[in-house]
Amino acid sequence: MMTNFSDPFETLFAIQRALDARIASDWMGSRTTGIGSFPPINIFQQNDDFVAIVELPGVDKNDLEIEVKENTIRISGHKTIKYEDGASIHRRERVWGVFDRTLSVPIQINPDAVKAEYRDGVLALFIPRAESDKPRTIKIT
Amino acid sequence: MASQQELQVQQKREVEKKQETTVPSRAFLPMTDIFETDQALTVVLEMPGVSKDNVDISVENDILTIEGWIDYSKYEGLQPVYTEYNVGHYVRSFQISSKIEQSGISAELKDGVMTLVLPKAETAKLRKIKLS
Repeated sequence: MMTNFSDPFETLFAIQRALDARIASDWMGSRTTGIGSFPPINIFQQNDDFVAIVELPGVDKNDLEIEVKENTIRISGHKTIKYEDGASIHRRERVWGVFDRTLSVPIQINPDAVKAEYRDGVLALFIPRAESDKPRTIKIT
Repeated sequence: MASQQELQVQQKREVEKKQETTVPSRAFLPMTDIFETDQALTVVLEMPGVSKDNVDISVENDILTIEGWIDYSKYEGLQPVYTEYNVGHYVRSFQISSKIEQSGISAELKDGVMTLVLPKAETAKLRKIKLS
């Protein structure tokens, strides 16, 4: 019978390593001006570029602002919910208010080619990699 | 109020199915606001990513069921590198009382927000009685 020795501190160290790795990674770095965690963002890679998909149902395009700077993208605005005067509220689960969130990506972005599309409550940001960031193959003579 | 505090994101709650399904699929509960006026009961559900063609609303045995499907083809060729929220279909059911005029239920979907108006039956509406 094999006896397995388990390190009692292993779980703790694993958690600490995971947290350090998260802070040390370039994703969502602390060098941002945004606050809070709303709205939720998923980031995907498509070949060399990135696509960020943000859930923002019920926001008017005029209430939404997107800014690009270096390798960060700032999404800010406000989401309002209107209901009739004199209505009695039975349930309130939806979130509303002012949001300001910055996301940073670990590549150099081409700011002129960033595209944003808002459809069915989902904001899709197409984040193309800068040409200078792409690797160039060098011929050997 | 909420403008001073940081907005918190709610993690999507997954629907617990009573029956096992033959096809693997995940469904989540859409965030819902319900409010009532003298005329009607309004139910507002948030289903980001759902378009008009992918919605099913039905009433059966006094149970109102709303289903919204996500178009996964939009995610083809995308590799997730950083994710904060789940993506899946939406399902939610409510039991509606006999005070609702079921044939008059109307629905509207805009920017991922579905608004359902459930009008109250005439007998259930507030009727003020004047003193003579």
